[in-house]
This record gives sequence, C-alpha cells and structure tokens, in this order.
Amino acid sequence: MDRKDYKGIWVFAEQREGVIQKVALELVATARKLAAARGAETTAVLLGSGVAKLADALVAAGADHVLVADHELLARYTTDAYTKVLCDLVTERKPEILLVGASYLGRDLGPRVAARLGTGLTADCTGLEIDAESGNLMMTRPAFGGNLMATIECAEHRPQMATVRPGVFEAPKATDAPAAKKGAIETVKPRLEASDLRVSIDKVVKTVKEIADIGEARFIVSGGRGLGCRENFAILEELAGALGGVVGSSRAAVDAGWTDKAQQVGQTGKTVRPQIYIACGISGAIQHLAGMQESDFIIAINKDESAPIMKMADIAVVGDLFKVVPELTAKIKAAKAG
Amino acid sequence: MNIVVCVKQVPDTHEVKIDPKTGTLIREGVPSIMNPDDKNALEEALRMKDAASDSAISVTVVSMGPPQAEAVLREALCMGADRAILVGDRAFAGADTLATSKTLAAVMRKLDYDLIFAGRQAIDGDTAQVGPEMAEHLGIPQVTYVEKVQVEAGASGAKAGAAPGARLRVTRATEEGHEEVLVGTPVLLTAIKELNQPRYMNIARIFASASTSVETWSAANLDVDKAEVGLTGSPTRVRKSQAKDAKREGVTVKEAPREAAERVAYMLREKRFI
Repeated sequence: MDRKDYKGIWVFAEQREGVIQKVALELVATARKLAAARGAETTAVLLGSGVAKLADALVAAGADHVLVADHELLARYTTDAYTKVLCDLVTERKPEILLVGASYLGRDLGPRVAARLGTGLTADCTGLEIDAESGNLMMTRPAFGGNLMATIECAEHRPQMATVRPGVFEAPKATDAPAAKKGAIETVKPRLEASDLRVSIDKVVKTVKEIADIGEARFIVSGGRGLGCRENFAILEELAGALGGVVGSSRAAVDAGWTDKAQQVGQTGKTVRPQIYIACGISGAIQHLAGMQESDFIIAINKDESAPIMKMADIAVVGDLFKVVPELTAKIKAAKAG
Repeated sequence: MNIVVCVKQVPDTHEVKIDPKTGTLIREGVPSIMNPDDKNALEEALRMKDAASDSAISVTVVSMGPPQAEAVLREALCMGADRAILVGDRAFAGADTLATSKTLAAVMRKLDYDLIFAGRQAIDGDTAQVGPEMAEHLGIPQVTYVEKVQVEAGASGAKAGAAPGARLRVTRATEEGHEEVLVGTPVLLTAIKELNQPRYMNIARIFASASTSVETWSAANLDVDKAEVGLTGSPTRVRKSQAKDAKREGVTVKEAPREAAERVAYMLREKRFI
C-alpha cells in the first residue's frame, strides 16, 4: 500500500429514517478543521434509499463533496449491506481518514469496516489533530475506564479510522460554511444483492422513552454514588425541576440500578454541554469528566474537597449534598418567584 | 451445537487509581474480574445449554491473555462451561484490536463452532471492536448489542437450538428501542448486560469441574502469520498517555448549607443563569 495514494477526509454521514444524525454534522465540522490542517478536502458519505435530498444539509455543514450511495437495500441499516458499500467506496477512492459516529450503528459498522480494510480503528475519540510533522492523525481517547488519556496513531495503514461519540465535538455554526462555496454532490449506484444480507430485520420497536434527552438539556443535575439509593434522587428531581432542567447520573448510579442508562453522563454514556451542570455526590472519574467537561458552568457538591470533580468545578461546594441541595432548590425557587 | 464464548480478564476499573506524581496507573491491589459483558455472554450460552437436551450443546470458553487469566476460565468452568482454553504467547503481546481479533479468529478456526458469543466491550478498553472484527475475519454475520436470543422452531426440526444450521431470533438494542432480527448459524453475537443476570459459581459445579483442566494454546497451536499478530500486526500504536489534566479556576465554598446555597444562588443570578 502506498500511503501517498490516499487523500481526503471522509465522514460517514449517518441518517436514520431520512434524518441526518447530529453526530454526522459534528464530524463534518471536525473534518473541515482537519482538512484545513492537512490541505485536503472533506467528503461526507451518505448511505440510504432515497436520501439524495439530505445531501444539501451536509454541504451546508461544510462538506466539500457529498457521495450518495442510494439503494433500496440500504433503507435500513444492516451490517452486511453498509459494510460492503462503504468498503467498496473506500477501496475505490482511497480516503486518508474515515470518521464514523460512535452511535449503536457506528460501533457496529466501524470495526467491521476496519477489519475488512485491514486497518486500525480508534474508538470513542475525544480529540483529533493532524500531527504537523508526519501529517498523521493523532487520536486521543480515554483509556482504562477513562482513568487515563491515550493518544493513538495509525502510521502505516490507510485509511486512518476513528469513531467519535455524539456530542463530543461541536456542531457546525451557520457561519462555518463559506456561503459562496458549493459542495459537489455525486450519486452512485452501489453493487448490492439481497443475498449479501445475511441478517434480516423482522421487527423494529421504538420504545417511548419518558426520560428526557439529557443531551439537549440546558440544566443538568447529576447524582452519583453519594446519593446512596434510588429514592434519594427525588431531591435532585426537585432541584432540576426548579431550574427547568433534567436529572443525569454517573455510571456508578446506573450500575447500582438507581438511574436509567439513558441518564448516564460520561465516556460510555452521553456527552453533554449544558449551561449549568450540577454534580452531586459524584467523585469525578475521568470517564465521567469526559462527558461533561464542556459544560458552560459546573457546580460540584461533595463532602470530599479533594475529589477530582471539585477541581473541575467553577463552584466547589464542600458539604453534605442532602443539606445543600434542598437549600439551593429553595433559593432558586425564591429567586425565580421574585 | 457448539457454542464458543470469548471472555477477557480485566482490572476492576472502578478501583483503578492514578499516581498523581507520575500520571501512571496504580495496578497494585486492583482486583481482576471477568469482564461484565462477557459474563452475560457466558450466562446466555449456559442457559441455552441448560434448555437443550443432554449434551446437545457444548460450551467452550476462550480467553486470550497472560497466565493469570486462567482465573476467569476456571470461574467459567465453575459456572458450567465444558471446556476452557487459555490463548497466550509472547508473539501476541502488545496486540491492538485488529491483531487480537485475528488471533482469536485463528483460535475459532481450530474449533468447531456454530455460535460465538462475546461481550459487547471490555471495561478496560471500551472499544467494542474485537467481536465484529473477529466475525469479519471468519466471514460470518454478527449481531451486536444483543439483549435477547431465541432459537426459532421449525429450522430442520431443531429443538432448543440442538441442531447446527439453526435459525435464531435475536433482539438487539438501538438508540430508539430495539429491533428483532433473524439470522442463521454460524453467527457471532455480542452481549450487553440487559441480556440476563449471570449465575454464581456453585459448589456442585466447582466439584464437577475440578477434574477439567484449562488447556493452554500458544502460537504453535494456531495457523497464524506472525506478522499479523501482536505488536507487529497492530496498525495502531499508543504515542503517549497521561493522566488527564482537569482544572478550572473555580471557587471553593465551605459555608454551612444555607449560606453555601445562598452564595451559589447569588453567583447564578449574577451570571444571569436564573
């Protein structure tokens, strides 16, 4: 393999039922920054059935090119069909970098594609940079349950592949894409047979989640091991209610069965960037910090002044959360009332 | 039907601490455990075995790791697995996910399998890559994030998954809920904790498995190209690692609860958050 043959930065643009996923736009914005550093162009790769109309949104997000692979067998995601089509395109056009969102879909597709292409894949990156000297992609991710940050390089294999969790990078702003520039949209008809699909989808069930999407909330009140039991989350619900926000939690609280997985903030949960993040009884393992460090304003309430979360906080309240939280709820209610 | 389950020994990462001076992991005194998702995978294999008629299903556990990883294989035997293989060789050291998956695929080729189970991801790496990559090397389909497995009746008269070429109805989790898919064996499934509640080792099984020894396989037992395994076969390298620098210029509030709350509320008002 000659590395020089590989050019351009690709983003796998995930769509579900005709809706471009936010992570795809976040990756296009990231790809643009990498492309500027590398002197390369960005291509968003869109797979689906009847999805060509979605390409404009990717151009608006800043993609120089959109490659649309349209086929009725791509209507719903299946590992076999998407792997085949994406790998065929990569083999034919040779991108230098391929970014994939670390959604359920991306975490199913990414490793399958990397294995078929015989290249490396770095999962759940929180930082991506071009090394000025080598031109290689430096991929930073939490390791050991998020206790350590590792920077990983895929020096000799192409494409360099990385997955990124939704919300880790910022979505493009309207001003990011130069208005004058028009992205080139190209539609290809992939070679795909029904017999390529070995797993058939029989039923799709959407569960109505009563839990608010913490990724969209402006205010998040999170609880951890320090809460002690499920019932104690009621005081966090009250504080969140007073603020007009939602309740999140650490991995420890989810593992203990006190909160729902959908509420988990952190490396293996959701990455959030609310206006205010209030961490109650959370010590702040890096795995958790990785998911909330971009919050505008962080308040930590903890008995232990030396807990890592306290160093991360704009306001570190040393005290008993069971006493401080109700007082704070009362003060906020009073402030809003008057 | 032969089921092979891949398990990994991992440090209990909830217990891992960082040396603040050197920025490296303190591994001393950190307990090692069977990776949680892998335990769910093993449990499901054992439930399928329990539901089948006598010895219609055999469960083999495989772990790639250092000699001390034998502990998780012994645990698997004590839970009810029939056979355990520890795969270790100096040539495998330093493997990333691609090299690991190639090694494990080579192990699978030496075994007669209908169904391969793995955990979705290991808590020390959280990559969720080795399962799908192994399936790709073996050329078999995969279903990830599995929360339910049922053997479809009617497939060549298969009863409780007894026959090879069985058809499975598998429920996999998605962001929006779940989907039910149909797939024939051979197939690789990756388990999540919603799949089941793993059993404990029990005394009867501990005694029953006492005479079963853990087999050890090295590179010599496998048809692997040395250039494709271990550090040599790994496309990715760790350039550097560091403890994370997490610091903001914050204020510390140590007043009594009411005064502390008052101060916080004041700052929030000042910043026009409320």
